[in-house]
Amino acid sequence: MNQQFTATEHTPTRVSDGAPDNERGRDASYSVLFAHPDERRKQATEPSFFADLNLGQLVETISADHERYALPEFFYEPLHDPAQVDYRHQVLNDLDREEIAAAVGAFVDTMREMRDRLSLSADVHDVRQRQRWFLAAAEAYCDAVEQLAIDLGNVLPGSVALRGLRTFTVAYGHSPEFVELKAEIQQLIDELGQVRYTVRSKGLEITVDHFSEETDLTQEVQETFARFRENAAKNYGARFLEHADNNQVESWILELVAELNPDLFGRLAQFCKRHADYLDPTLARFDREIHFYLAYLRYIEPLKAAGVAFCLPAVSSDSKQVMARGARDVVLTRKLVANGVEVVANDFELSGPERILVVTGPNQGGKTTFSRMFGQLHHLAALGLPVPAQQASLFLPDQMFSHFEREEDIRSLRSKLEEELVRIHEILEQASERSILIMNESFGSTTAADALRVGRQVLERIIELDMICVCVTFVDELSQLGEGTASMMSTVAADDLTRRTFRVIRKPADGLAYAVALAQRHELGYDQLKRRIAR
Amino acid sequence: MKVLLMDPAHPLDLEATPPPNAEQLIQDLELETLLGAMAAGDRFLYRVARAAILGSVAITDPAVITYRQRVVADTVAHPDVIDRIYGIAVEAIRGERNIWGLGHASPESLLSRSLQRLDLFMDKLKELLEVAGQHADAFESDGFRQFFSMLVDQLPADYFDAVAGQVAQLRKPALLVSAQLGAGNKAINYTLRSPWPESWRERLSPFRHKGLSFQVADRDEAGARAISELRARAINDAANAVAQSADHILAFFRSLHTELAFYLGVANLQRSLSELGQPTCVPMATPTASAKPQLSARGLYDPCLALTLNGPVVGNDLEGDGKSLVVITGANQGGKSTFLRAVGLAQLMLQAGMFVGADTFAADARDGIFTHYKREEDTDMRHGKLDEELDRMSAIAKWLRPGSLLLSNESFASTNEREGSEIARQVLAALTECGVKVIFVTHLFDLAHRLAVGPHDEVLFLRARRAEDGQRTFEVEPGDPLPTSYAEDTYAQVFGETLR
Repeated sequence: MNQQFTATEHTPTRVSDGAPDNERGRDASYSVLFAHPDERRKQATEPSFFADLNLGQLVETISADHERYALPEFFYEPLHDPAQVDYRHQVLNDLDREEIAAAVGAFVDTMREMRDRLSLSADVHDVRQRQRWFLAAAEAYCDAVEQLAIDLGNVLPGSVALRGLRTFTVAYGHSPEFVELKAEIQQLIDELGQVRYTVRSKGLEITVDHFSEETDLTQEVQETFARFRENAAKNYGARFLEHADNNQVESWILELVAELNPDLFGRLAQFCKRHADYLDPTLARFDREIHFYLAYLRYIEPLKAAGVAFCLPAVSSDSKQVMARGARDVVLTRKLVANGVEVVANDFELSGPERILVVTGPNQGGKTTFSRMFGQLHHLAALGLPVPAQQASLFLPDQMFSHFEREEDIRSLRSKLEEELVRIHEILEQASERSILIMNESFGSTTAADALRVGRQVLERIIELDMICVCVTFVDELSQLGEGTASMMSTVAADDLTRRTFRVIRKPADGLAYAVALAQRHELGYDQLKRRIAR
Repeated sequence: MKVLLMDPAHPLDLEATPPPNAEQLIQDLELETLLGAMAAGDRFLYRVARAAILGSVAITDPAVITYRQRVVADTVAHPDVIDRIYGIAVEAIRGERNIWGLGHASPESLLSRSLQRLDLFMDKLKELLEVAGQHADAFESDGFRQFFSMLVDQLPADYFDAVAGQVAQLRKPALLVSAQLGAGNKAINYTLRSPWPESWRERLSPFRHKGLSFQVADRDEAGARAISELRARAINDAANAVAQSADHILAFFRSLHTELAFYLGVANLQRSLSELGQPTCVPMATPTASAKPQLSARGLYDPCLALTLNGPVVGNDLEGDGKSLVVITGANQGGKSTFLRAVGLAQLMLQAGMFVGADTFAADARDGIFTHYKREEDTDMRHGKLDEELDRMSAIAKWLRPGSLLLSNESFASTNEREGSEIARQVLAALTECGVKVIFVTHLFDLAHRLAVGPHDEVLFLRARRAEDGQRTFEVEPGDPLPTSYAEDTYAQVFGETLR
């Protein structure tokens, strides 16, 4: 059982029975993710566009190794204010500094150790074992805090967030209650370490007693026969499997040891009761939230190692003049880098009155990837995270929508077209001028003429809304609806019309020559086919 | 406790790597005959004799040689006592094998079997002490004196009492273990303890409680298993210590077995040669001398020849002090090879600390003993015969050191006399200048002649003697080389007519 976080505050598992959960009086409003914790809108569900943009895969991979921190909800909740984004950018800049990264790393490692021990203190059956693990968890906690106070004391972070943490931790580390907690823990650990007892086993009877300096029989044997020892000897010692849980006999023995040392074990039990919520909520929260940054950084680490460019984008909540240079789809890139394949980067720009990128061109040419990249970049930017681009200036939308071609749903009573229209209608009802929409091969399930008419109508509505949109389509005419649209095309190699370059560039749509070239390559061109069949 | 009957400081290592030319030595010096006589049919005696004899090529310290000679003397003087000690060692080793079986399962069974081994070994050690008590005074060699006094010093009566006490404690059904609390309050540092005697405990603190107890129910299988595991953990280290201790004592008995086997072999050989009426003597060994090498003998014979013919053989005298090169020429089948072998075996046996087949023998110890005999034509016809000879000599050159001994029998005869002489001249010059002693049997007259007419203070010329009537004598005497090897005698014998 992993220590699971709830969406609100974390409370550690208690060992003793009785006392109900109680909120501490201490203010846990400090957060390394939000300048003002009230800013949190508590969106705990996956946004609708996640699946289309493959962001679901990204979050799944990231949280795979970090289950206990319940990170997905942070990835679901975009920021809307550049100041909030800047708050996070500052933290990332700090994490780029070796001393700070090391200090944070050491802290989360020790806290992980603490959580492992807390797990054991919940899992094992024997109460005296649980108490000991709880003590060990508290010990790890004190070590983590102390070390963090020292480490942060030696550097001055640049971010408001980490400066706040520093102030808090140093003060907390010196607070009388922490100092006392640490002293009590150390005392108990020392005394427990000094306990020595004997077990006498005869038949089915076990007798436990204090140790009275009886002689070490193994040592006696070794000394007696030392005179015969000339060379190194073979080791016959058996190895035993170690289990965390005591078996029944070991439990009974432990119980008798406790009876022989009633004061010490009594104090141990009391400690567990009194300090059930030793864990400071601010630090607990920090321990969880910092993993939002750390896990993402770990996710993009192999990409950076392969030379993929990342940057902290400039963001704005009013200017829709967006651009990016050398940008990539982060999820696809991660897969391809793992296979040693080079990934093509692309640029985009919307300037002046431009709001809609209409992307046409040959199939499998990278149009869908391009549209995903556009969406991903914006969402990651809204999370305050580095984006895979050399340079980027992006918009913070109030909402983001996606409209991708879906498989026909046999259970649906609607036709595919109807279903798509219903969806796009819903989107347009909810969207505002500050929204972003990514459309991919919409309205493909109808005639070209109808697709043109529907597409034009929808696009005109989008233009009216003045929202940013990427529209991947085979309907070339849509790229010329007015000054609000900008035409881009996926391209093929000049010397071989059947080879995709995966570069998507700004140029006017220029028809379907490529499909024909591809057909001819397969000897399916009109003349070719006639010749082949006539033979 | 080391046995140290072969060397004041080092036990004999049966597994030591033999010298690189072991096979050649065995073949050229007929060592199988010698080893066979030492072993007298016993495979272990053979193995030890072989290792010891081959290993002696590296023994150059006269102190070690003397040490062994004295032990040989004691062995021969007290054969019954030696047999008895040898028998005790054999019983210890065989008995142990019966107890030990094939490996072990649990700490409990490891402990139980190891305690049985200890019981056996303690009995055998007591028997050794008894022998020491009865006979130690009659032994004169440093080797045996130190062996017996070691036994007496290291194994006093109270030692056996202490061992018995610990063994008894380890056999008791009740065991006591101390422990501490580790992570999660798991028991750690299980250490087996000897409990204080009841009477002590009461005196220490009469009001102390006797500990807290519980009992596992009769039908509780899991509980019984838990107790088993607890006991196994408790005795794990002790069981290992006892097993290792038994191993150490076994190693002691094995060492005793091995070293006595050598001396039994020497005694066997001595007896065989005496029965044939052949003399043996304790040779005199001096330190390896490159400048003034020593080699002198009276009545030196080839023991392997005597054993093979099962009868008496001729001995020869030799005055080789100060000579780094001995050249032996003369009649075919005149005894040159036999003489060469006699010298080689004597050197080997001297360094092994044994007696030598002669009336008297004295030599400096040589650092490595090598042979270069002529061989059958190379069967795979890859090399010519000369090629093969040079190849072999080159291999030997790799191992030769200043202070080595080289016995050469008809080397470089596989080419014409001129060429062979020139090659040999260079080889001999180089070797002797480096301090290698060479005994060189040859028909190369050109070489022998040139050596004889030049300055030759350090060369001894010997000739296989031919009587007036042409009969062989198998005697070798000082004499300059003659241009003929009396092939006419052999020709006449075979063809029944004279050689023109």
